[in-house]
Amino acid sequence: MSHRETSPRDGGPRGAAVTGAPLLQVEDLAVDFRSSGRDVHAVRGASLTVHAGQTVAIVGESGSGKSTTAQAVIGLLPGTGRVVGGKILLDGRDIAHASRREFVGLRGSSIGMVPQDPMSNLNPVWTVGFQVREALRANGLDKGVSAKARAAELLKEAGLGDAERRAKQFPHEFSGGMRQRALIAIGLASRPRLLIADEPTSALDVTVQRQILDHLQSLTTSLGTAVLLITHDLGLAAERAEHLVVMYKGQVVESGPALEILQRPQHPYTQRLVAAAPSLASRRLESAAVRAGIVRQAERAAVETHEVAVAEAVADLPDTEVATEEVIRVEHLTKVFTIRGSGSRGEKLRAVDDVNFAVRRGTTTAIVGESGSGKSTVAQMVLNLIPVTDGRVTFDGVDITTLDKRQAFDFRRRVQPIFQNPYASLDPTYSIFRVVEEPLRVHGIGDAKSREARVRDLLDKVALPASSMRRFPNELSGGQRQRVAIARALALHPEVVVCDEAVSALDVLVQGQILTLLNDLQAELGLTYLFITHDLAVVRQIADDVVVMQNGKVVEAAPTDTVFDAPQEDYTKALLEAIPGGSIELGA
Amino acid sequence: MSETTVRPGQEHYVAPLEETPLRAVDAVDDSAPPSSQWGEAWRQLRRRPLFWVSVVLILLVVVVAAVPSLFTSVDPRFQTLADSLEDPRDGHPFGFTRLGEDVYARTIYGARASVVVGLLSTVLVTLVGGVVGAIAGYYGGIWDALLSRLSDIFFAVPLVLGAIVLITSLQSRSTLTVSLVLSLFAWPQTARIMRGSVLQTRSAEFVTAARALGLSKLQVLVRHVVPNALGPVIVIATISLGTFIAAEATLSYLGVGLPSSIVSWGGDISAAQTSLRSDPQVLFWPAAALSLTVLSFIMLGDVVRDALDPKARTR
Repeated sequence: MSHRETSPRDGGPRGAAVTGAPLLQVEDLAVDFRSSGRDVHAVRGASLTVHAGQTVAIVGESGSGKSTTAQAVIGLLPGTGRVVGGKILLDGRDIAHASRREFVGLRGSSIGMVPQDPMSNLNPVWTVGFQVREALRANGLDKGVSAKARAAELLKEAGLGDAERRAKQFPHEFSGGMRQRALIAIGLASRPRLLIADEPTSALDVTVQRQILDHLQSLTTSLGTAVLLITHDLGLAAERAEHLVVMYKGQVVESGPALEILQRPQHPYTQRLVAAAPSLASRRLESAAVRAGIVRQAERAAVETHEVAVAEAVADLPDTEVATEEVIRVEHLTKVFTIRGSGSRGEKLRAVDDVNFAVRRGTTTAIVGESGSGKSTVAQMVLNLIPVTDGRVTFDGVDITTLDKRQAFDFRRRVQPIFQNPYASLDPTYSIFRVVEEPLRVHGIGDAKSREARVRDLLDKVALPASSMRRFPNELSGGQRQRVAIARALALHPEVVVCDEAVSALDVLVQGQILTLLNDLQAELGLTYLFITHDLAVVRQIADDVVVMQNGKVVEAAPTDTVFDAPQEDYTKALLEAIPGGSIELGA
Repeated sequence: MSETTVRPGQEHYVAPLEETPLRAVDAVDDSAPPSSQWGEAWRQLRRRPLFWVSVVLILLVVVVAAVPSLFTSVDPRFQTLADSLEDPRDGHPFGFTRLGEDVYARTIYGARASVVVGLLSTVLVTLVGGVVGAIAGYYGGIWDALLSRLSDIFFAVPLVLGAIVLITSLQSRSTLTVSLVLSLFAWPQTARIMRGSVLQTRSAEFVTAARALGLSKLQVLVRHVVPNALGPVIVIATISLGTFIAAEATLSYLGVGLPSSIVSWGGDISAAQTSLRSDPQVLFWPAAALSLTVLSFIMLGDVVRDALDPKARTR
């Protein structure tokens, strides 16, 4: 990439408010990783500028090099990574090749860091207070008794109530949000001038996410700390940062003022990203109902023009007329888990509490809720994978909890799942062919030859080349694996597909692609989806009806548009407000 | 600060498209050859010199064990007292034992006992331990409680101590009985490893997916759980093969292993001890053969572990 001119013009548009010298200036940065004897270019010619007190966001998919860039800035490149070119100027001093000692001096005091995963970034054997004090001690700020008070002060500042008592607790006594607050306290303990926040909230529920980001923002504003925010969420980045840097395959493809990029994206990748950003998209993909109308039109047109072949082809399509017929009905569904090891008789947890809803044939119903809301447990019961404690699930008029072995086996053909984690849902020892063929073999469908033809057909349906049949899951990307999982789910011609967070683990563009695929397949095959998700943006794109769950109970159940336009319950409103970037208006 | 303020270095920048070409979203890379997990492991192994060194050594030992007559025409049991503790000479490169037997021939013939006991014990232990561990880990509950306690009981007895006690009470000793006794006290380790491995695999989503396809619990165990849990067991089997050979030698050395009618390295080491000071070479050759064999299996286990679990690899 061309070297960007960064001559500090005197002043700028508003001379007085703008100081010329930036706090951090990355110029033409190149980072390589060594992997099995080869150099892999993780970052190429990346440039960005952060001024004091400013928030700058690097946006990109996994593998775009956004985290690597940030790690290079703080000198914490993992494993074999090393800076092979360019400059990293902190206050005008190049630290790209600074020694380990120099970096130790810089970390904490000049550059702080809030890591991504609050679950693994606190040491479980030390109290939270000790770990905050450690950060103070490492930078020679406070020792002994005064450090204790200071640690409590920092935790309080990060938004933890009752900080003195909290400081004496261990990480496992904290919730995810509280841990992230503790990590923010540690990151800001020595008042760094630059704070690197690497996906600081992506492991948290949306409502908690919003609180933490709000707090981080007000805290850094009052302290005058510059923030380098790393995120995959364009909406979140645009909402929090003044300046955006979009990275793609290790390169900066576009950078500039946040709003301008969002409203007038120039680079095709950015345009694609803006168009796909789930938090910004606000339309239902063309639903089965709309398509049915188009099909009927085509049918009429074909008949009129006597195009028999077309008419026949169209008539072969499943009747996608929107039925009001219910395919799944869930009544008073309840699941109580006994947690072992707590109390003599074991503690009871009502994971699902008196849940009622119905799914109409050929439509998509989404169950939305934060982690622990019981939505996945509902899915498992609908799939007949775990026994229900109380209530019933009727499928096509039959209570599935009363099925005998043979009926249960046949039920499997009609309802299939797609799971969240594409890296775990395919057996790594099976080739793609065997993965997709397995359901056919288990149910004794066809002979070897017809099964192979069917597998080819299925892979084609999910837009995978037939050559991928001989490959193994570890060779495919997350999105590709998810398409294999979809092919497997469709192998038995199911009527209902239960998607448990089926797109949550994917990058936005891939997510959009998979959602479109699912939507197309619904129209083509007349499928009914039960979509379990925590992401309201996904709901908006695919669902016809929404069931909002909280703490095992249904809070609100209504058609999607009703829920989004006129939410009735406070909890639903809170969820909707928490969608990052929801308030930003996009240019046409 | 107003929204429109652009600070130096932060002007709207767009990379030239020719330098950042857009690729199809999530296209399948058709160039690389397909590779299974095992294929990947093989590719890893192939590159390690240590793997080839240990494989060549093991092959050599196996061939020696299978057809010792290829390597020597001297009868290892033929004793000429006149040659007692004689130095090496033509046709007898390693010299003679106290009883006037050819050390080279005995070292060659001793391989068979070691290899047979090692292989037999490993197969038995892997089968028994693998099945017990898989059942305990997969079915859990009462099965786990019973089988785990049972293996704890055997685990509590040190391998060699248990074997000595049991073997001394046996009427006849052969490679089979020695292998059986060694397996009896060694299977719990494999069972534990299999159990842990199965526990980890059991909760994977592909297992739930298989159940949702309509596979029975047993089918899921056999088709999906066990193949994925096998890696650590293969590693421990390779390493323990060496340990069993060493254990057999220990027992034979103590005089409770193979009877003296079967030529074995352990027995020879034991017999050579009496002349260790004056004629150490009598002890050296069987001991060297033993060490080298055990070392080869342990080295092989090491590289196999690296190949099957890339995370454990040390750079």
